[in-house]
Formats: sequence, structure tokens, C-alpha cells
Amino acid sequence: MSYVLIIGAKSDIAQAVAREYAKHGYSLYLAGREIQTLHSLATDIKIRTSVAVELLEFDLGAFHTHQAFYENLQEKPLGVIVVAGYMAEQKKCESDWAETLNTITVNYTGAVSILNIVANDMEHNKNGFIVGVSSVAGERGRKANYIYGSSKAAFTAYLSGLRNRLYESGVHVLTVKPGFVATKMTIGLDLPPKLTAQPEKVARDMFQAQQKNKDVIYTKSIWKWVMLVIKMIPELKFKGMSI
Amino acid sequence: MQLNSWGMYPIIKKNITVLRDKPSLRNEILNNTECIPFGNGRSYGDSALNEHIIYCKPYNYFLGFDEARGILHCQAGVTLSEIIEAFVPQGWFLKVTPGTKLITVGGAIASDVHGKNHHVEGCFSACIEGFRLMLPNGEIRTCIKEDELFKATCGGMGLTGVILDAKISLKKINSKNIEQTTIKTKNLKETFEAFEKYAYMPYSVAWIDCLAKDDALGKCLLMVGEFADDGDLNFKEKKKLNIPFKFPSFALNHLSVKAFNWLYYAKAPKGVSHQKVDLGTFFYPLDGINNWNRIYGKGGFTQYQFILPKEHSYEGLEEILKRISQSGKGSFLAVLKLYGEANDNYLSFPIKGYSLALDFKIEKGLFDLLDALDEIVVKYGGRIYLTKDVRVSKETFEKGYPMIEKFRSYRKSKAMDTKFASLQSKRIGI
Repeated sequence: MSYVLIIGAKSDIAQAVAREYAKHGYSLYLAGREIQTLHSLATDIKIRTSVAVELLEFDLGAFHTHQAFYENLQEKPLGVIVVAGYMAEQKKCESDWAETLNTITVNYTGAVSILNIVANDMEHNKNGFIVGVSSVAGERGRKANYIYGSSKAAFTAYLSGLRNRLYESGVHVLTVKPGFVATKMTIGLDLPPKLTAQPEKVARDMFQAQQKNKDVIYTKSIWKWVMLVIKMIPELKFKGMSI
Repeated sequence: MQLNSWGMYPIIKKNITVLRDKPSLRNEILNNTECIPFGNGRSYGDSALNEHIIYCKPYNYFLGFDEARGILHCQAGVTLSEIIEAFVPQGWFLKVTPGTKLITVGGAIASDVHGKNHHVEGCFSACIEGFRLMLPNGEIRTCIKEDELFKATCGGMGLTGVILDAKISLKKINSKNIEQTTIKTKNLKETFEAFEKYAYMPYSVAWIDCLAKDDALGKCLLMVGEFADDGDLNFKEKKKLNIPFKFPSFALNHLSVKAFNWLYYAKAPKGVSHQKVDLGTFFYPLDGINNWNRIYGKGGFTQYQFILPKEHSYEGLEEILKRISQSGKGSFLAVLKLYGEANDNYLSFPIKGYSLALDFKIEKGLFDLLDALDEIVVKYGGRIYLTKDVRVSKETFEKGYPMIEKFRSYRKSKAMDTKFASLQSKRIGI
């Protein structure tokens, strides 16, 4: 069965995505840094589904390694899913350039670097799909997280352009915009249950949307309306708000 | 994140620690005063509630499968539903499963759950080869059946430590389907006779209309079954209904419940009939409806489940059913079940006899009724199931569980009582 390559495989969302695709029979390339820590996940998926699972060391920030990484894949993946994301503390980013740069690298430039390579190959073969996990935080810059938000905004725009470019070759690009997700990063936060998705829900929504060739989805879907309202607030008003 | 028990009563504020790995769990246990493990929140009452809970469900890797022996090794947060999804297509099923598959393996051990085949296979602990547990001092112990720690932990309501992983013995099946026989009875006497007549069948359960009165008291639909042998292992989760919000509390009342029970009973053919149903329909009818607990409304509900020794089951049940019928307190069809021999675990619920489980909306006067039922249960030498309970008194509980002192002193000797406690354990003093 076809392979799906998951970039940034160590997050809770990525784990749920891996299990979801495996459940539907896809073999997996799981790529990330210090990937050996994912041995137990690989074993878990093999017992659950008996698909093939390969762990691949990959660093989004090491741009010069990306070409070789992709070329070395024995069987090219049918789908590539970028789940990688880095959310530094906004305050820290404001005074620490390394944190800001890392945010931009993981959320944007690194993803662009690997997807450029993937896109060329898929366009050439006229086959495949790409999924990018962006964020609702990219819809409008807010003082609470605009470094993270702006990197996701850039990624969203990139995916939109890529979708436009690859349309003719039949390669489909899906943008996933999660709102709050209950992960190990957010466990301490008091997130409103009606707006918070479990990672498994994000994974299910992504899989179904990708299979149906949807372009952009929000998960939970209520975020579409939440963001619509937030986007409609006039800038004159918005700049004085704390949301 | 919000975590509540299935009955949505009581609702309390809690600190949640997610079980991710052993070192961080160890720190958490050593540095905190009191906590209780929490699985998937399907116990009905307050047995997994406290101000500080250890949320175990995300700790859910499958660790290994020995195909020759059918032994699955998995972490405690794996749900029975995940096991079924992965293994039914390969021809394996759980030896023991309760009426919902949406519980974790850790929870199944801590409640020592049982199913429709208790009279044949016993409790969940019977299919456990062994498990690992983190003790109050952070030490990890491996337990096997002969150990005292095994007997205290299976049915021990999470009060002996945090279960980390377990080896579970699965059984071979050759179909995802069940050959089911439904027997419609007219009263309690017929119901008991039918249970005895079909005791040779591996699975059995009866749905009783507990609002029926007089001559019809104890009328039921008894469903017995065994796995088919048709080679069809293509198990797929059916599309689920969802209850999107909590019903207003007046939705469930004497009339609506009576109408539901009447329809349910009326749709079954008279006498004895046969059906072939999928295992989801047979074992987990309510799992097909997401959030079904919301039909009981904002105030929540509880399930009252007791068991009576076989020699007193008939007269005890008759007395209890009469009392409920008189009270007019609405309960959907109640579940009646025949049990086999008790095991050696200190707090496992099953004893040889009959058990009845009924759901009640939490409302004024309910706890008085349940106290009155408790007296009848105690009079006939029965006991209450802790996994469902949210209100039983210390005295009633103690009378039903003769091994409680053994459990208490074991917990004390290992300092478990200083670290692990739930609202329930504090209420009944265990």
C-alpha cells in the first residue's frame, strides 16, 4: 500500500494522524528529530494495523539536507503531511531572536524547503497529495501570539499558492486550521471544551477532508465562524483590544 | 480539560496530571499528597474522582502481541474498543467484556469488570496474565495471579497504585456475529426459569421492565447467544448517533419511561425467537449513541447495581422490584444477569447469584429510595457495585464485602492509603 510521509511526527496530533492513516491501510514514513524516541509508536501501529512503519531522522531547520532526504526515500510517498509546529512563548520571542527564528523556521521556512522539493516531484508525476497543518492563529495577528501567528499566516498563504499551482497537475493540497487542541502542550490550560478538539478528532477530520479533496478545513469546524467574527472587527477597534 | 464520571454527578474541580511516562508519574506521586487514577470516565459515580486525578487514557501504546498464545501486552490507557478494532479482523476477541467497550484496560482491572459470560469465564482479572503497577513510593511492581497485590488491585478501584501495562489473554473467534436467541417472559418466575434453562449458553443477559406491576412483575426479554461460525470477520464500527446537548430534566418521567419500556418489550416476538446480530449490537448496544448520559439532563444520573446470593435472589428481587414499581421512579429497562462463582479478589463485585442494574435520574427523594433498597439488599446478604455507586453508606458497603478488612489493612501496610484516595474511598472508609 502507498506510503504517507509525516513531517514532525513527535507531536500528539502527528501520532493521531499516523494512527488514522495506518487504520486506513497506508504505510508510514515518520520523520522528525531524535526519531528513535518513536520506537514504541511504531510498534504500536504495527500491532494495531500491520502496515509498514519507518522512522526517519529529519531536521526541518537543516535545509541543505532536505533534497537528499527526499531522494533517499526508497518508495516515494503518495502523500506528504506537515504537522511540525513550534509555539514559543510570545514574550520570549519579543526579546530573544533565536526563539523567533526557530518559530519561523519550523512553522514556515523549513516546511517551504521540504515541500518545494516534494511539490516538484508530485507535479512531475501528476500524482499525490500534500497536507499542511497551519493554525487559526494565522488568520489575524494578535499581541498574544503574533510571532507564531505570522509564521502560520505565511504557511497558509504558501499552501494556498501551492494548491493553485498544482491544481493543473491533479496534485491536491489541503490546509488544516486547528483551533485549540488538547495536547501535552495545552494540558495545563483551561481551554473551553466546546472550542477544543482532541488530537484524534483533528486526525479524523484531516483524513476525511483529504480523501474528499477539500481545500481548507477548520477543526473544530466552529472555528470557521469564530475566526470570521474576529476577522470582521475593524482594525481601528481591534488594535485596542486584548483577545 | 474537563473530565467527569459517566453519571455527571458530582461535578467537581480537579487538577489533572496526564500519565505520559514512568519518570514523570513517579515525580507526581512522590510530590503530591493524594490522587486517584482516571481512565475514560465510564465509571458512573465518584470512584475515579478526587481533587487530583491521574489521567491514564493517553498512555495507550500496544506493546506486543504473542500470536501463538493470543496474549496482548498493552499500556493501561488502551480502550477495549481499540483492542476490538485491531483484533476482531484478525479473529480475536476479549474473553471478558462489560456492556461498554469505551473503558480503559486499567479501569477494567481496577473495577474487575464482568460481562454477559460471567457464569462461564468469570471477571476481567481471569484473563489477565499479569500487570505492572506503580506503588506509592514510585517503585514499579510486576504482579501475577498468585500475588496479594494482584488480589487487592483487581477490583481495588485504583486504590493500590497506578496500573501501567497489562498482559491480556484473548480468545479465538471465527465470526464477528452472534447467534442470538431472545426469550420473552411474562413474569419473574418465568424469567428465572429461562435463565436456568439457558445457563449452558456462553452469553446471557435480560432486560427487565421494572415499571411492570402485579402479575407482570419481573417480565423480561432474555437474550442469550454464542459466536457464529461463518468466517465473517469484517467488523466495522457503525455510524453513531449523538445526543448533542443535555435534555431538559423533565424529559424523563414516569410516562416517557413507561412508553419506552412498553415499545421495547412489544417489538420483540412472542416466546422464543432467533436472530443473527453483529457483536457491537449484542455486547455494546448503547455505545452506538454518543453521550447517551445527556438524556438524564443537567443534574446527572446514577446506576444502582446490586447482587444477591442465588438462594435469596428470587424473593429479594421480587421485593425490590415491588418497591421500585411502587415508587414510580423512572428507570429504563433494567439489566438482570446470572453470575457464576466469586473469585478471590478482595473487592470484586460478583458472587454466585443474580444482579440487577437500574439507571435513575438524580432527583429529590431518589437517595431515600436507594437507602430503602439497600436495606433489602443487605437483608438478603447482597452487595453494591462500587463502579456504579455514588452514594452508598459505609455500613451497607461493609456488610456486603466480608474481605474489606483484609483490603484495608493491606493498603495500610503498604502506605497506599496515604497516596491513593477517591471521593468514594473516603466516603466508605477504604
